[in-house]
Amino acid sequence: MAAVEVKPPVLTIGPLAWVRKNLFNTWYNLALTLFAAWLLYTLLKPAIEWATTEARWGVIEANLTLFMIGQYPRDQIGRVWLTIFILAGLIGLSWGVWKNAARGFALIALGAGAAFALIALFFGWDVWVEWLIAETILLIFYFIGLYLPRGALIAGLAWFLYFPFVFLLIAGTKYIATLPPVESSLWGGLLLTLLLTIVGNFGALPLGILLALGRRSKLPIVRSFSIGYIELIRGVPLITILYMASILLPYFLPIDVAPPERVVRAMVGFIIFEAAYQAENVRGGLQAIDRGQYEAAHALGLNGAQTTVLIILPQALRAVIPALFNSFISLFKDTSLVAIIGLFDVVRTARAILAQPEWLGTHREVFLFAFLIYWLFNLAFTYGSRRMEEALGVGKR
Amino acid sequence: MSETNNSQEIIICRDVHKWFDQFHVLKGISLTVQKGEVIVIFGPSGSGKSTFIRCLNRLEEHQKGQIIVDGIELGNDIRNVETIRQEVGMVFQQFNLFPHLTVVQNITLAPSWVKRVPKAQSHEFAMQLLRRVGIPEQADKYPAQLSGGQQQRVAIARALAMQPRIMLFDEPTSALDPEMIKEVLDVMIELAKSGMTIVAVTHEMGFARAVANRMIFFDKGEIVEQGTPIQIFNDPQNDRTKLFLSQILRH
Repeated sequence: MAAVEVKPPVLTIGPLAWVRKNLFNTWYNLALTLFAAWLLYTLLKPAIEWATTEARWGVIEANLTLFMIGQYPRDQIGRVWLTIFILAGLIGLSWGVWKNAARGFALIALGAGAAFALIALFFGWDVWVEWLIAETILLIFYFIGLYLPRGALIAGLAWFLYFPFVFLLIAGTKYIATLPPVESSLWGGLLLTLLLTIVGNFGALPLGILLALGRRSKLPIVRSFSIGYIELIRGVPLITILYMASILLPYFLPIDVAPPERVVRAMVGFIIFEAAYQAENVRGGLQAIDRGQYEAAHALGLNGAQTTVLIILPQALRAVIPALFNSFISLFKDTSLVAIIGLFDVVRTARAILAQPEWLGTHREVFLFAFLIYWLFNLAFTYGSRRMEEALGVGKR
Repeated sequence: MSETNNSQEIIICRDVHKWFDQFHVLKGISLTVQKGEVIVIFGPSGSGKSTFIRCLNRLEEHQKGQIIVDGIELGNDIRNVETIRQEVGMVFQQFNLFPHLTVVQNITLAPSWVKRVPKAQSHEFAMQLLRRVGIPEQADKYPAQLSGGQQQRVAIARALAMQPRIMLFDEPTSALDPEMIKEVLDVMIELAKSGMTIVAVTHEMGFARAVANRMIFFDKGEIVEQGTPIQIFNDPQNDRTKLFLSQILRH
C-alpha cells in the first residue's frame, strides 16, 4: 500500500520573484515603488554628482597615513605593521582551532586584507605588499591551527598575551634598542581608536564579570560595593569619567612611578566606565541560568568557585554574547570623546586635517571618510559576532 | 532481611525539622537507612518528600535535628558537606545536565575537577558507564540533542561517575514521556540489584514492587507509615495511606 506521494509546493525564489512579490504585486504597491524610486533618484543625484565631479578626494589620499596612525613616527611604522601581522596570525590560528566560531571574523579579515591590497594596487601605493603578507600569514596560521595539538589552550594564551604585547610594541621601551619609546601623545587616528576600544573592552570584561558576581554575592560588603560601583558609574556621563580620569588620576598614583600619560589615563577611564555596563550584561546572563544547574553542580561535589567557573559563567557569557558585542560597538564609537581631553582619534584627526591650508573646505570628504571607517568596522564586528553566536548556539538547540 | 545481614547504618536521621519561612515542611523525620537498602518514598505533593531527600546532601538545610551520612554529620561545615556530596549521587526530576558540555564531558567533569582523576582514566570510566546505561553511541552529542529518557540516563551515569556509596533519586521519571519511563526504570532496577544504597522519591509502584526493601509514606511533613512493599500494598494500616494508594493505583 504505497502512499500517494505529494510533491512540496513549487517555491518561487530568486531576485526576480522577490521583486515581483514584494514590489509590484498590487497597483498601489506599484505606485509606491515608482514613487520611492523617483524620490531616491532626486535625493541621491546631487550627492552622486558631487562625489564624482566636485569632491576633492585627494584630501583622503594625501592624509591616509595620518588617518590611520596619527603622528606616530613614520620611521617606526614597521611596528604597527607587526601588530597587524601578529593579529592576522592569531585570527588564522583561531579559525583553524575553533572552526565555525571564529570563521566569520576570519573571513572578514581575509576579505578586508584583500580589499586593502587591491585598493593599494589600484592607486599605486606600495602597501599592497604588506597586506599580501598579512593575508599569507593568516592562511598559514589557519593550517597550523587545524593540526595544532592543544590548539584551544595555545590560541587562548596567545590572545591573552597579544594585548600587552601590542601595547609594548606600540609604546616601546628604553630597555630595547630596536623599540625606542614613542610618546603616547603621538599615537593617533584609527590606531588610537582601536587601541582604546580593545583595551577598554578587554580590560573591562574581567572587572565586569567580578562585579556581576559580586552583585549576587551573599556577603553584604561585596554586594553593596558592587551595586554602589555599578549604579554610580552608570549614573554619570562617560565624558565626566574621562575628565576625572585625566585630571584626578595623576593625584592618586605615586609620583616616582612614571607619570601616566594621557592615553593611559583615558584607557583607565574607559575601563572604569565600561566595567559597569559589562557587569549588567553579565548579570543578565547569570540570571538566565536555571537553579538546577547550581544544584546539579553542588550535588556532584563541585565547590563554589568550580561551579561558577565551569558551569555558570560559560553558559551565562554565551547567553549574553549579543549584549557584549553591543557594548563593544558602543564603546568603539564612544572613543571619539577622547578628542575633548586632547587625544587625536579618528574624529579629532579629521578636524586637524581640515585645518591644513591646502585642504580648506573639504569637510564633506573628510567626515564622510571618517563615517565610512566607523561604519565598515561596525559592519565587520556585527557580521563576525553573529557568526560566532550561531556557531556557539550548537549545544542549546 | 536486615536482621540476617550484619548490615551497617549509612544514613541516620533523628528528629529532622525544616521550615520555609513560617511553613513547617518537615515535622520531626526519623529514619535509618542500612547499607545496600533500597528505599522508596512516596506521598502527595507538598508532603515534604523531595525536601527531605534534598536535605540528605544538604541542597536544603534542616534547622533542627541530626542528619548523619556515612558517619559524617551534616552541618554548617562546608568541608563536611563537600565530602558528603562526593559520596552521595543525585538524580533530578529535570535532569539538570550541563547544556554547554557534551555527554561525555558532563560525566567526566566532576571526577576530573573534584577527584583529580587523570583524563584518560575518567574518559574510559565514562564510556563504561554509558555502556551500562545503554547509550555509548551518544557520547559526543550535546544534552539537547537527546530524548528525555536518554538525558536522564546520562544524568544517572554522571552521578555514578563519582562512585557514590548512596544514590538519591528525586522523582526521576516525572518529567518523562510515558514511553521513556521504562528505559530509566530499567537502569535504576539494575543499579538496585547491584547492591547500591538507594533513596528514591517516586510514584513508580512497579519499581517499588520490584526492588524496594522498604516503602515510606510521607504526608504533611511526617512519616505516616512504612513497611515492605508487600505490607504497604496488601495491608496498609493508616487511612491516609489507603486513600493515597487507592488514588494512584486506580489509574
